Amino acid sequence: MITTQRSPNGGSGLHSPRSPSSQPPFLSVSVTDPAKMGNGVQAYISYKVITKTNFPEYQGSEKIVIRRYSDFVWLRDRLFEKYKGIFIPPLPEKNTVEKFRFSAEFIEMRRQALDTFVNRIALHHELQQSDDLRTFLQADEQTMERARSQDTGIFKKKPSDLMQIFWGVQSKVTDVVLGKEKPVEESNPEYEKFKKYISELEDNLAEAQKHAYRLVKRHRELGQSLADFGKAIKLLGACEGNALGTAFSEVGAKSEMLSIKLQREAHHLLMNFEEPLKDYVRAVQSIKGTIAERANAFRQQCELAETIKLKEIDLNKLRLMRSEKMLDAEHEYEELKSQGEEATKRFDTIVRLMNEEIVRFQDQRTQELGRAFHEFAKGQARLANAIADAWRSLIPKLDSLSVS
Amino acid sequence: MMSHDNHLFESLQFHDDHPPTAPIAEIFTIEDDDPLLRSSSIHKNPNSFNSFIDPPSYAEAVFRSFEGLQIDQISEHDDVSTSESSVSNLFLRVSVKDPRKKHDLDNSVVSGGKSYLTYLITTWTNVPEFTGTEFSVRRRFKDVVMLSDRLSESYRGFFIPTRPDKGVVERQVMQKHEFIEQRRMALEKYFRKLAAHPVIRHSEDLRVFLQVQGDLPWMNAANVAPSGDSREVVQQGKGGGDLIRMFKELRQSVTYGWGGTKPPLVEEDRDFLEKKMKLQDFELQLSNVSLQAESLVKAQQDIGETMGEIGLVFVKLTKFETEEAIFISQKTRARDMKNMVTSSVKASRLYRELNAQTIKHLDKLHDYLGVMLDVNNAYSDRSRALLTVQTVVSELAILNSRIEKLEAAAFKIFGADRSTIQKVDELKETMRVTEDVKNCAIKEYKRIKETNKTEFERLDEEKRGDFFRMLKGFVVNQAGYAEKMASVWETFANETSEYAQSCS
Repeated sequence: MITTQRSPNGGSGLHSPRSPSSQPPFLSVSVTDPAKMGNGVQAYISYKVITKTNFPEYQGSEKIVIRRYSDFVWLRDRLFEKYKGIFIPPLPEKNTVEKFRFSAEFIEMRRQALDTFVNRIALHHELQQSDDLRTFLQADEQTMERARSQDTGIFKKKPSDLMQIFWGVQSKVTDVVLGKEKPVEESNPEYEKFKKYISELEDNLAEAQKHAYRLVKRHRELGQSLADFGKAIKLLGACEGNALGTAFSEVGAKSEMLSIKLQREAHHLLMNFEEPLKDYVRAVQSIKGTIAERANAFRQQCELAETIKLKEIDLNKLRLMRSEKMLDAEHEYEELKSQGEEATKRFDTIVRLMNEEIVRFQDQRTQELGRAFHEFAKGQARLANAIADAWRSLIPKLDSLSVS
Repeated sequence: MMSHDNHLFESLQFHDDHPPTAPIAEIFTIEDDDPLLRSSSIHKNPNSFNSFIDPPSYAEAVFRSFEGLQIDQISEHDDVSTSESSVSNLFLRVSVKDPRKKHDLDNSVVSGGKSYLTYLITTWTNVPEFTGTEFSVRRRFKDVVMLSDRLSESYRGFFIPTRPDKGVVERQVMQKHEFIEQRRMALEKYFRKLAAHPVIRHSEDLRVFLQVQGDLPWMNAANVAPSGDSREVVQQGKGGGDLIRMFKELRQSVTYGWGGTKPPLVEEDRDFLEKKMKLQDFELQLSNVSLQAESLVKAQQDIGETMGEIGLVFVKLTKFETEEAIFISQKTRARDMKNMVTSSVKASRLYRELNAQTIKHLDKLHDYLGVMLDVNNAYSDRSRALLTVQTVVSELAILNSRIEKLEAAAFKIFGADRSTIQKVDELKETMRVTEDVKNCAIKEYKRIKETNKTEFERLDEEKRGDFFRMLKGFVVNQAGYAEKMASVWETFANETSEYAQSCS
């Protein structure tokens, strides 16, 4: 018998009968159809998030929900909290410049980045199991809003706050408090190398992205000047008349046509080369957050180890003195020990996960950068061929006009 | 625009001042020095792309190998004034070189030992008026000014090329290498234009300037003994020259003193007025195109520069990913980045070359803006000649009425006064002379009108030829370099084809 389940909150998705998993499990998501909602200062963009899956935990094989940017932020923050050690995919930045908030280009760039974000999560073997992801993909808007507002109280720490920790500010304070000069950082040379690599990589990539954006602008500028040139030369042709005038007009018309192609290529460059580079930068920044989490976990482990040692000394003292406080102290000591074990386990998990993530990261990045290069090359080749064809086709016409 | 062009050009040329090295495709290694600067090769390649002279065949323009794509330098030979008469196979080529400081020894007491620049002006020609085929003289800018003034007098009505500006320059500026070079190039261009003019190239003054050693025999502009076509016409009639000068001085008073009387002759030539208006229209649009052309050139330069900068950034990244690479994926990435560098640097150089050629082609626009100035001068010649005729005709009318009055008075008085009769005779004599002058003036005006007409025709034809050449050169240039760039990017696309998405 086929049972159809109704979503308890009357969601708008399709409900199809549970099908036996004859295919391999898949979870495919797309973020589409940005739409402006509301008016004035309160206005925002909403996106359609379409999920297609055969995961048993999910209601039905297809679902469409409406989400806004802050919902994505919520998801990211939750994942960051829960899956320490894993490189959480990056989100596009919050844009505070009013002027561009609703420009078509910005919206398209953001939509693409959000789509990439969700897809990466869906393709990650651990992250795709997340409950929070399921909520994000399936819950109705009310539930989503409630979840979002709950979040601001508890999970206040943002990745940016962790940057401070990363740079060891707080650990220094802890040192002073403990009265020790022990370094609260791992002494793992390979890991140190990795941290340095990440830091330098971010700088280099940021520079590459900056130049990529400049190249986009240059294409636009060249397009504009070709258009202006074309217009002016057409006017010259109009006032000249005769064969020469026609020649001028033809050249002018071609210039204007090519100007459009240039603008198109500028957009293609932006979406398929500059944005992937920006995404690369964001990914590296996200890794920094994970690094900070690891440092945090390490510090906790060390702190607890210290505290446990001190407690042990205390306990032995009390044992010797046969104090009545001894039982309590033993109790506390056992508790601390189990906490210590937890902290160690947490840290070890992070280390293990990170090692796997680093391999995956390098592989993924090579693929994605390779694709960006490929798109760049294709776009440039396409543009150059169009330009060549346009001008070549004009030559016989010019020849015939010059003898007429 | 000239100086702007030169500045652009100089900034383009800067990158070429490096020793020639092997083509970039072969020796590219990741080193600390800048591959962009290192691998520009400047050796000439006979199969190279040169759209300025010949449009390349399809085969040539197809991108084959990247060696020997040199920057097409504006060599001295290109700028040297060359002109050929298509009919008679005559040529006249002038170069202006070797600016040198010379001290004014003769007037050292008076002028305090001022120094000035001289230029070596060399001529190659087979024009028979010149007694020789190759010769050089040293001239200073003042000499050029004198030549230019004399030509303006002798060749009234012609579209005479305008000489380079004197400019108000301070001593310091005058000595700057940049200024001197600019002036040298401007002078060379000036002589190219003179040599290209079918009538002016035969000027005796020009010949004297180019060939006669030592100081020029012309003292100052006021004593011009004109050597052009207008010589005979002007000197006809006794004292005609003096009278004309006198009437020139009267011009002001005549123009403003008549008060309400219409001038006896007006510019009626409708054909001329139409042509004039059309050309003014053309000038306006041309000026606009010239402006946009400058923007276009700037945009082309910018995009080439940015492409090069991207190459540099990825050089850094390649090095970074290669150093102590742990994963194979990093090595792969480094390989991809290296290919990106190669392609970007190639593209950047192609843009630079494209732009150098574009500047050369579109410079024609600027040239013709200069020609419009020459045309305006010819208009002035014409209107001045017309005014002279009007002035003389008015004078005749005055004389005539005075004669009539005197004759009437003499008739009334019985026994005509001898002095009155004498006066009448004098006036009648003056009238005869003035008639002659009038005829001269009309003849001159007609000559100038005819000259204007032939010059318009010459301009039309040259304009046609020049602009068709410019357009074709521009178009072929753009097409050729676009094809080369397409090839570069297609190669890179192939190198990264493994990353192509099956669905996009």
